[in-house]
Amino acid sequence: MSTITVPVVAHELEQPWHLPNKGKVGMICLIIGESAIFAMFVLAYLFYIGKSQWGPQPREVLEIPIISSICLLSSSLTIWLSEQAVEHGQIQKFNAWLGATIALGLIFLGYTGAEWYKLIYHDGLTLQTNLFGTTFYSLVGLHASHVIIGLIMLITLWLFGMTGHITAKNSERIQTLALYWHFVDAVWVVVFLVVYVIGR
Amino acid sequence: MADASLPIGSLDLTPDRAAEGTFREWLHGWVITVDHKRLGILYVLYSLFFLIVGGTEAMIIRLQLAQPNSHFVSPEVYNRMFTMHGTTMVFLVGMPILFGFANYLVPLMIGARDMAFPRLNALSFWLTAFGGIMLYYSFIGGFGLYGQGSAPDVGWFAYAPLTTRTYSQGHAVDFWALSLFVTGWGTLGTAINIVATTISMRCKGMTMMRLPLFCWLMLCVSALTLIAITPLTAAQVMLELDRYLGAHFFDAQAGGSALIWAHFFWIFGHPEVYILVLPAFAIANEIIPVFSRKAMFGYPAMVAASVGIVFISVGVWAHHMFTVGMTSAANAFFTLSTMIIAVPTGIKIFNWLATMWGGKLRFATPMLFCTAFVFQFLISGLTGIMLSASPWDWQLHNSYFVVAHFHYVLVGSIVFNIFAALYYWYPKVSGRMMDEKLGKLHFWLFLIGFHLTFDFMHVPGILGMPRWIYTYEPSRGWGTWNLIVSIGGIFQAIAVAIFLYNMVYSALHGEEAGPDPWDAWTLEWATASPPPEYNFAVEPVVSSRRPLWDLKHPDDPDWKYE
Repeated sequence: MSTITVPVVAHELEQPWHLPNKGKVGMICLIIGESAIFAMFVLAYLFYIGKSQWGPQPREVLEIPIISSICLLSSSLTIWLSEQAVEHGQIQKFNAWLGATIALGLIFLGYTGAEWYKLIYHDGLTLQTNLFGTTFYSLVGLHASHVIIGLIMLITLWLFGMTGHITAKNSERIQTLALYWHFVDAVWVVVFLVVYVIGR
Repeated sequence: MADASLPIGSLDLTPDRAAEGTFREWLHGWVITVDHKRLGILYVLYSLFFLIVGGTEAMIIRLQLAQPNSHFVSPEVYNRMFTMHGTTMVFLVGMPILFGFANYLVPLMIGARDMAFPRLNALSFWLTAFGGIMLYYSFIGGFGLYGQGSAPDVGWFAYAPLTTRTYSQGHAVDFWALSLFVTGWGTLGTAINIVATTISMRCKGMTMMRLPLFCWLMLCVSALTLIAITPLTAAQVMLELDRYLGAHFFDAQAGGSALIWAHFFWIFGHPEVYILVLPAFAIANEIIPVFSRKAMFGYPAMVAASVGIVFISVGVWAHHMFTVGMTSAANAFFTLSTMIIAVPTGIKIFNWLATMWGGKLRFATPMLFCTAFVFQFLISGLTGIMLSASPWDWQLHNSYFVVAHFHYVLVGSIVFNIFAALYYWYPKVSGRMMDEKLGKLHFWLFLIGFHLTFDFMHVPGILGMPRWIYTYEPSRGWGTWNLIVSIGGIFQAIAVAIFLYNMVYSALHGEEAGPDPWDAWTLEWATASPPPEYNFAVEPVVSSRRPLWDLKHPDDPDWKYE
């Protein structure tokens, strides 16, 4: 046979047919998968609270990182403002709010770096020291590495924005990227509660 | 052969891209491809290759165990064989071949041009492929070829503290952990892709309740993969932190717990069983109706049961750990949650039987495999119920009874359905039918071999033979049983060889298939065999679960009844 038929039903064609954005669905899937990874490290942290047999204990060495937490959580607000700006085509405003988001993320990372420096050089706590060190550095480090990946993507986006390559047409993709950043912030709430409130 | 043609949307069959160009160009085309059909074929071929490798390892195990006091291989090699057999079959055969089917078929079934993220798709395949190569590089890497390499020898669930540096020196465990880490990301990428494709790429009119059951189950599997593979990835990271950076996750001397590894592994490990078996159900859901000439019985119940299995499966993992000494409350919880699984799987078995009931059954090779699957799956379910009761499990844990039980699922259900799928979709992929005589020979030999091996394997288990044992004394009375089991293995090996011959033979000499050789109803049969790169020249629009039925029977379409 030389022809082949594809089913096409006329009366279905007229109805509107909307499907969710594939990028957002994919990002939500990635977030679900990553959440499971974080869940395992959180479970390990919770399970090993108070089981370190030697070395520094959380209460002795950890300080509650209030300023850096405020910075990271408020970066969710600034990235939301930049999403709004690009949706309405206000590219200048988009660049400004995105720049603020990046700055807040960098401040957070700076505080984490300072905290680790103090823990390693003043308190002598490393990954090898005890169970607290093992679970602390792996959980907080996993989160920090996600912040770094997020920042790399945001900085790339910001460079596109500054060189005038962003228009309102890109807004759906920017929202997809912002989902990831919101996820990184939401995870910090869990890490903060587990490490600095419950575990301390 | 279905020749129904409506004037709307008909298209000329453009000839396939001319087979010109050098071998290098041809190879380059396959390596850089982002086409879901080519990647699907690559996945399947990759898995079939490792099926032969893993099968060879199984044959070495069986030759070693066929007689008491045997020294066919050394104990060290034996340990590597059962570790590599398990790891290979689960991670390099089972998951890739099932995701390969999903890759090939899901976009065709939902009337899409390709997967949602074609380049991610290619990345996922190559990650999986490199992970597999890395795992097998362990045979020659590390300590070199003469020391038998450093292939992993800690069992496929690699319990701590055996995996700590103290007890596993060298790099064997690292090869195991890192290669599964790499394939894990590949699997995650594919799972994300399949979910996004099924949700966002459906053609017009393909509502969720008109989705072919194959796609529904692949959606369930992929969603489960998202939350099941990632815990393993996390656990591998912890293991490597322990081994390379001196962390203490599983180090009992520093207060760490070996039990945590067991929990983390089985949080992945049990859902993994459902990741493997749900695609097998998906295949049966497509084949059984077509060869019974009836619409699937109880479509909404099938969907609900699949979603139910996904949710229940994440709450049963510790039934692998009844003997570690949990509290009686935990034992009772995991016994009950495991038994609840029997409800949705029971619904499925009844629905398959009801689909076949009163149908006009055609026992072509795919249907033979699916029919055998239904009965074998029932038996494996029954031994599963037995093992879910913790007192029974205390008696038989890690015995050959357990080995027989899960091979009944993995071979009797999953491999049988994989063969069914290969016979069923081979004409679509290659344009030629597989030889039916060789197919039936393959089926009967494999069926006899399967039952010789795995029916009789239950007995030495009940008599107390533990798994992973190197050899045993003649006075145990396990000798005859093990000999029968090993002979069954030879039958299976011959059957698989016939199948592989059939695949090659039919690719060259098979009868032309045409677009729709089975008179089926889902969209993949509405395009040419093999499908053109663009799948459909006109985007299909569907109004029922069986769009090709509507096309062939315009006087009595399905959408009037759904």
